[in-house]
Amino acid sequence: MNKHEEESIRDLLKQSVTPVNAELSRDLWPQMLQRIAQQANAVPWFDWALLGLLVLWWVLSPSSLPVLLYHL
Amino acid sequence: MPVLEQQSDLLQQFAAGEIGAFEILFHEHQAEVFRWIVRIVRDAGVAEDITIETFWRLHKAHARFDPKRSFGAWARRIATNAALDYLKSRRLEVPLADEIAAADCCDPALRRDMREKTQRAFHKLPPKLRVVAALALIEEQPYAEIADALGISVGAVKLRVLRALRRLRKHLKQMGIEP
Repeated sequence: MNKHEEESIRDLLKQSVTPVNAELSRDLWPQMLQRIAQQANAVPWFDWALLGLLVLWWVLSPSSLPVLLYHL
Repeated sequence: MPVLEQQSDLLQQFAAGEIGAFEILFHEHQAEVFRWIVRIVRDAGVAEDITIETFWRLHKAHARFDPKRSFGAWARRIATNAALDYLKSRRLEVPLADEIAAADCCDPALRRDMREKTQRAFHKLPPKLRVVAALALIEEQPYAEIADALGISVGAVKLRVLRALRRLRKHLKQMGIEP
């Protein structure tokens, strides 16, 4: 690609896609706090996996569940 | 206490996980981070969401932050990655109608269909090239700043600009436009 082609594509792009001059119109801190609170209440994936394993164990071997509960 | 020392204390408190320090840094940098993101994604509503996502990532990674480094530069790099993730998740999107309308004001001599085709060609660029094309060719940001935000060298930015221009030429030719 020669210099002239490069320049004409640059110009075409600049004329077709305008620069954005948007400014932030509001304070986003309340949403940020909401996001932090949501994540704090979320149950970690590891806990779900552990619960899944327990359920699987109970389904596959129901007779061993009282033993497990006894040891908890 | 001198301002520099105060800022250093603030960054240390942030790295230690203090929410008050995070709030101060959030208010100091949210507008700047938003401006950077909106230049990449070109939509103010989306940019607000990505600004939140950026600060969420910063908050999660507070323990990895080195208080001797610039918070602004770190935030910009994470903002760029968050914006890039957004572009990757929305590949092959069509230009927004209001973007086409906004472009109508610029050069009446340039035909509308030519502008639309150029916008389509721009939106067809792979996200990595689109980010560089938006920042370097449209927003005319300094190459050094783009390199810092992407975590690559200035030479790599120049290379990506060239690759973006080549792709644009190819797409434009396929649509019947000879630049």
